[in-house]
Amino acid sequence: MDTEMKAVGPQAVYERYLAEGRFMIQHAPSTGEYVFWPRVVTPQGATDLTWVAARGTGTVYAITVNRARHGAWNVALIDLDEGVRMMSSLPAVETALIGARVKARIETTEEGPRVVFDLIEEGAA
Amino acid sequence: MSHHNLRGKTAIVGMATAGVGEAPGFSAMELLGQAAVAAVADAGLKLQDIDGVFAATSSHAFPTMSVVEYLGLKPKFFDGTNVGGSSFEMHLLQATLALEAGLCDVALICYGSNQRTAGGRLVSMSEPQWHETAYKPRHPITAYALATSRHMAQFGTTREQLADVALAARGWANLNPEAFARGPLTKDQVLSARMISDPLTAADCCLVTDGAAACILVRADRARDLPGKPVYFLGAGGANYHRSIVAMPDLTTTAAAESGPRAMQMAGVTQSDLDLVMLYDAFTINTILFLEDLGLCPKGEGGRFVEGGRIAPGGELAVNTNGGGLSCVHPGMYGLFLIAEAVAQIRGDAGARQIAECHLALCHGNGGTLSSQCTAILGSEAVL
Repeated sequence: MDTEMKAVGPQAVYERYLAEGRFMIQHAPSTGEYVFWPRVVTPQGATDLTWVAARGTGTVYAITVNRARHGAWNVALIDLDEGVRMMSSLPAVETALIGARVKARIETTEEGPRVVFDLIEEGAA
Repeated sequence: MSHHNLRGKTAIVGMATAGVGEAPGFSAMELLGQAAVAAVADAGLKLQDIDGVFAATSSHAFPTMSVVEYLGLKPKFFDGTNVGGSSFEMHLLQATLALEAGLCDVALICYGSNQRTAGGRLVSMSEPQWHETAYKPRHPITAYALATSRHMAQFGTTREQLADVALAARGWANLNPEAFARGPLTKDQVLSARMISDPLTAADCCLVTDGAAACILVRADRARDLPGKPVYFLGAGGANYHRSIVAMPDLTTTAAAESGPRAMQMAGVTQSDLDLVMLYDAFTINTILFLEDLGLCPKGEGGRFVEGGRIAPGGELAVNTNGGGLSCVHPGMYGLFLIAEAVAQIRGDAGARQIAECHLALCHGNGGTLSSQCTAILGSEAVL
């Protein structure tokens, strides 16, 4: 991480990486913990947090479809393979099965970039 | 059995509600004021006797300041702990601590909301979570729907079982003239209601009503000198691990699995001792989760437990006998209405819905998105 990045808090660092097209999460070498969402201390109390590129693969932990007059969109909780959970969406499908394998990509929306997920086709790498 | 030193040390001596359902033309504080005045009268005390104030609302940033000013009080002790709808179960514990420590002598716990007539939507001061906003969750329902999806996938819980929760609540509401949603309701109606956040429909959601409630708590020795039948504080406990549903460790197990045993241990009671179980039913899944987490049925069995009218009038276990947040009242923060119903049942004042021999009641409050869990145990003189 460059000096400029260190001058701001973890939320801003995460958002700057995202704006650069990079999905980064925190890792504490002293405890081996991964952390999401970004913060200044891990659940075990470690503060030696570094930024690593997320592998991007994960599993659908829970999912719902919000239905409104103007349309429907799914909201999912994804368990990343690093062992952390995040809220996200699978915009390419109406819904998905819990336990489905997914792969992250960064989608640019009117409100800015966000990490979303696509189903990994069975048999694909 | 050695008892916790807070068990039975305080008692609710006055309880009232106001504006339950629709109260057009009244502000949240006006309804709260009506409930407070009625609760004090119920206790046989004067407003000026109150020297401890405990309050939370969804529309006052500084609830105790607003209450104190509105009611003309000068309390020696005040606490505005806001853990959502579970605030009032925690206030019972806080008030008991303050009373027992001699920091105050007459405690008021109060709440008021006019969210139905003010706009018909859930009013909340809850701030968005930055790591969620890009995905446009519609909290609270999105969070509860996520938990429901997980419970279904993991334990085979069905929409029909969720509907059984809604039908049981309506069954009780039909025995309660104060309940806002009364009248026949069929399983087909519940299942065919408008889907809002899969798998939860409008019929799986609590009401949006107006309503206020207030109770007066004093030390047990003083309670015996007052005119009403005291309802004793026997125990309470809270547990909380998360704010955002993202950070809930396991969406099928709430922190009620800790708050419940904590409260029951303080009260020296077990599940089989309970005559009444009041569970914060913001959504139908709540009742199932809390039945499991409070140990009233095994984990994963909540859906099957509620089948066949087991928690409906005439069933094996009396749950949410006022009709619950689903069919009686839900002004945004419902926790104090759990206590109001427990008090009515223990006093024997519950009319057509009165359960026989109600001496011991559990009130379980839920706040946020399955976040704060606070359990309180109340009882009659017979179980002291």
